[in-house]
Amino acid sequence: MSGQAAWTRPVLIGVAVGYVAILLLAPLAGIVATVASAGIGVVIDTVTAADVMHAFWLTAIITLLTVMVTGVFGIITALVLTRDRFVGRRLISGIVDLPLAVSPVIVGVMAVILFGRGGWLEPFFSERGIQVIFAVPSMALVTMFICIPFVIRELTPVLQELGTVEEDAARTLGASSIQAFFRVTLPNIRWALLYGIALTTARAMGEIGAVLIVSGAIQGQTETATLYIFRALEERQDASAYVVAVILALVSVVLLAGIEIAKQRQARLKERA
Amino acid sequence: MNAGIVVEGLTKRFGSFTAVDNVSFTADEGKITALLGPSGSGKSTVLRVLAGLEAPDGGRIRVGDQEITATSVQDRRFGFVFQHYALFRHMTVADNVGFALSVRHEPKDVIRKRVTELLELVQLTPFAGRYPDQLSGGQRQRVALARALAAHPQVLLLDEPFGALDARVRQELRSWLDELHRELGVTSVLVTHDQEEALELAHRIVVMHRGQIQQVGSPLEIYSHPANPFVAGFVGSANVIRGVVMEGRVAFGAYSIGGADHLADGTVAHAFVRPHAVHVARIPMDTAKLPAHIERATNLGPMTKLHLQLADGQRVSAQVSSEESYGMTDGMDVFVDLREAKVFEEGEAIEVERVVRGDVRELIAS
Repeated sequence: MSGQAAWTRPVLIGVAVGYVAILLLAPLAGIVATVASAGIGVVIDTVTAADVMHAFWLTAIITLLTVMVTGVFGIITALVLTRDRFVGRRLISGIVDLPLAVSPVIVGVMAVILFGRGGWLEPFFSERGIQVIFAVPSMALVTMFICIPFVIRELTPVLQELGTVEEDAARTLGASSIQAFFRVTLPNIRWALLYGIALTTARAMGEIGAVLIVSGAIQGQTETATLYIFRALEERQDASAYVVAVILALVSVVLLAGIEIAKQRQARLKERA
Repeated sequence: MNAGIVVEGLTKRFGSFTAVDNVSFTADEGKITALLGPSGSGKSTVLRVLAGLEAPDGGRIRVGDQEITATSVQDRRFGFVFQHYALFRHMTVADNVGFALSVRHEPKDVIRKRVTELLELVQLTPFAGRYPDQLSGGQRQRVALARALAAHPQVLLLDEPFGALDARVRQELRSWLDELHRELGVTSVLVTHDQEEALELAHRIVVMHRGQIQQVGSPLEIYSHPANPFVAGFVGSANVIRGVVMEGRVAFGAYSIGGADHLADGTVAHAFVRPHAVHVARIPMDTAKLPAHIERATNLGPMTKLHLQLADGQRVSAQVSSEESYGMTDGMDVFVDLREAKVFEEGEAIEVERVVRGDVRELIAS
C-alpha cells in the first residue's frame, strides 16, 4: 500500500459505503418509512387479513419442509462427498451447485414439464389422487431444489477440516457409528449446519420465481408471502404490500444476525482443534 | 483380565499398495511392545488394524485364546491414544475421560467416580472443567490416555503418542508413561519412529520397513545384533565404512576390520560401526592403530563428538567421553579402533542407506 496516493483509501472506502447504502439501505429505509407513514392501523388491518395470514402460513410450511429435507439430506450428502471415494463423486459435487446457476423460473418450468398436465410424472400422481402442480407439493419441491446447495456447501469444508480422527477415537471408546455421529461429529459441525439452515430459510422465504410458475398463485390457496406482495402491488394496495415486505425483511435481518453468530461460533470451534 | 496379543500373517493393502505385508509378532501380556520404523513403514497401519479401525486383507489377530480378527472396533474395547490427541473439542476434560462409560450408559455416579480416579492418576484433577484447547500438548495427551483407560481396556494401543510434543515434554511424558505402565501393567503396543523411545520403553521391539518386519527382539538384541543393514542403520546412529572382504575381514586402504566371516572374499561390503564403539587414542596402541585425522571436535558436556577422517579418506564420527578426548583438538592426528562392526554385503547396504536418508528428509519436511 506504500505506493498509493494519500486519497486512494478514503475514496475507496467512500465508494464501498455509498454502494452498500444506495443499493441496500436506501430501498429498505424507503419501505420502512412508507409503512410508518401509513400508520399502525394499516399494519394491523394487513396482518389480520385472511389472505395475508394464509400467505405467511404457507411460506412458513414450505420453508420448514425445505429446511428439514435439505438439512437431513444435505448432511448425508456432505458426509458422502467428503468421506467416500466413488465413481461420479466429482460430478455429483459439481451438480450440487447447479441450482445456484439456474434461474428459478427455469426450475419452475422444469417442474411443470414433470408434473404439469401431460407431464412425465403426472399420470403417476393423478392416478393416486395427489395434486402436485398448483399445490403445496410442487411449491415445496421447487424451493427444495433451489436450496439444495446451502447446507452441503457449508458443511463440506468443515467436515473436510474435521477429518475422521475424533470419530475414530469415539469408536475405539465403544461408540457405535450412530453414537459417534450424534455425540462427536454433529456437535462439531452444528454451527456450520445452523449457518446453512439460516441461508436456506432466508432463500426459501424469499423465493418467488419458481413458486409463481408452479403454484398458479391462487389467492388464499397457493399464495405465499412473496406472491402476496406481487399481487398486492398489481392491485395497487401498496401499503399492504410494503407491510408484508417489511415483515419478511425483518425476519431476514434476524436470520442475518443468527448467521453471523453461527459463523463466529464455528470459527471458534475450529480454533479448538 | 490381561492377555497377550498374537498377530499372524497380517496383510493390508490400499489399492495396489501393500502397506502391511505378512506381519507376525506377539505382544506379551502386561508388557510394552514397540513397533519401530520410519514413516510409511506400515507400523501405524498395523496398529489401526489391531484397533479394528481398518479391516485386514489377510491374517489373524488373537488376544489370549480369543480370535478377534472379525470383532468390530467398539466391541474390542482396546484403548487407543492418537498422535494428535483426538480429544473431543466440544467436551470438557471430564466429559472426554468419561466418554467410554457414557456411551455404555453407565450410571452417572459410576462415571463421575471413575473420572475422578483417572484424573488423579494423570494428575489433572484441577482441569476437569476445562476444554482441550485450554490445555498444553502434554496435558492433552494425558487426558487422551486417561480417556483410553476409562473402560479398563485389556489392551492399550499408542500411536506416536509423543510425536507432536516438544523434546523436553516428550522426555518427561516418556518417563511418566513408563511409571504408569509399571503400575497398571496393561498389555500395550507402542508405535514410534523414535528409536530412543522404543529402546527406553519397550520390552520387545518390532522393527518395520516397507510393510515388512525386519527384526523382532529385545532392545539390546536390536541394538547390538542388528539382523540386517536396515536395522543397523535405523536403530541408533552408525558409521558406514566401505571395503572389500578378505579372509573374514573388511579391508580398506592398508587397514582392515573384522566381522566379515560370513562373506566370501572379494565381496564389496559395508561395515556399520556405532560412534561410541570408535575408540580413539593419541598414540598408536595394540587396540588403536588405525591412523585418523580430527577434522572437528565438538564438546557436548560429558561427551565429545569427534569428526574423523581415516587414512583412506573415509569419514567416521566417534562419541567418546570428554575425559578420554581431553586435549584432542581440530587438526590433530590420532589412532582409532573400530569395534563391534556389523558387516553386510554392499548391495543391500547402499539401498538401505538411501532409504534411511530419504526418510529422515521426509521427517524433517513434515
